[in-house]
Amino acid sequence: MTGIDYLGYAYSAIWIALFFYLVALGRKASKLEDEIKELRK
Amino acid sequence: MLAALLMIFFVVPNEKIQGVAQRIFYFHVHLAWMAFGGFVFVAATSAWYLRTGSARADQLAHANAEVGLVFTTLVLITGAIWARPIWGVWWTWDPRLTMTVVLWAIYAAYLMLRRLGQGDETITRYAAVLGIVGVLDIPILVLAIRLWRGIHPAVVISEDPEAGLKDPTMIWTFVISGIALALLFTWLVSLRARFAAIDDAVETLHLEKENQ
Repeated sequence: MTGIDYLGYAYSAIWIALFFYLVALGRKASKLEDEIKELRK
Repeated sequence: MLAALLMIFFVVPNEKIQGVAQRIFYFHVHLAWMAFGGFVFVAATSAWYLRTGSARADQLAHANAEVGLVFTTLVLITGAIWARPIWGVWWTWDPRLTMTVVLWAIYAAYLMLRRLGQGDETITRYAAVLGIVGVLDIPILVLAIRLWRGIHPAVVISEDPEAGLKDPTMIWTFVISGIALALLFTWLVSLRARFAAIDDAVETLHLEKENQ
C-alpha cells in the first residue's frame, strides 16, 4: 500500500464515522418526535 | 470544508520527510484541538452546573463531551492510519498516544455514567465532577512529548529544518482545515445541545403527566 491509500483510508474513516454519528442523532430526533406526539395525545 | 478537502488532496505539496501520509495531519491535528477545546468546555460548564444547577450548563457539557468523544475517536483512528506507513505499526504505547486513550476513556466513562444515571441528579453531579477532573489529562497529554520524550512528532512547529509546515500553501491548508473543523464541531455541539434541551423538556412533560 502507498501513502495515498492511507490518506484515502483516513479521510474515508472520518466521513464514515461522522455519517454514522449523524444517523444516530437523526434516530434520536425521531424518537423525541414520537415521544412528543405521544404526550400530545 | 470543501475548500479544505480540495487543498489537502489537490493543492498542498508533500512534506519532505513523511510524504503523502502527512496530509492526514491537516484534519488529525484539528480534530484533536477541537476535542480538547470541547473537554475544556465540559469542565467549565460542569463547574457552572455544580455551582448553579443550570440545566443549560448540563446540556452544553453533555453535548461537548459527546462530540468531543467522537472527535477523539477520529483522532485515534486517523493517528493509527498515519502511523502504519510512517512508523511501520498501527499502534505503539507512546506517552501522547497513551494519554489520548486515557482521555477517551475518561469521557466515555462520563457519558456512560450519565446514561446509567438516566437524569438522576446525584449521578449527573458525579459525572460533572468527572468532567472537571478529566480535563487535567489534557496538559499532561500536550506536554507528554517533552516530559517523556515520546516518538509522536511535533507537527506545526518542528526543530527539524526539513520537517513541519514550511510552505505557505501548507499553512493556508492548515488554517482552512482548522476553520472547517471548528465550524463542524460547533454545529454538531449546537445540534446535540438542542436535542438535550428537547429531551429534558420531554422528560419534564412525562413527569407532569404522571403527577396529574
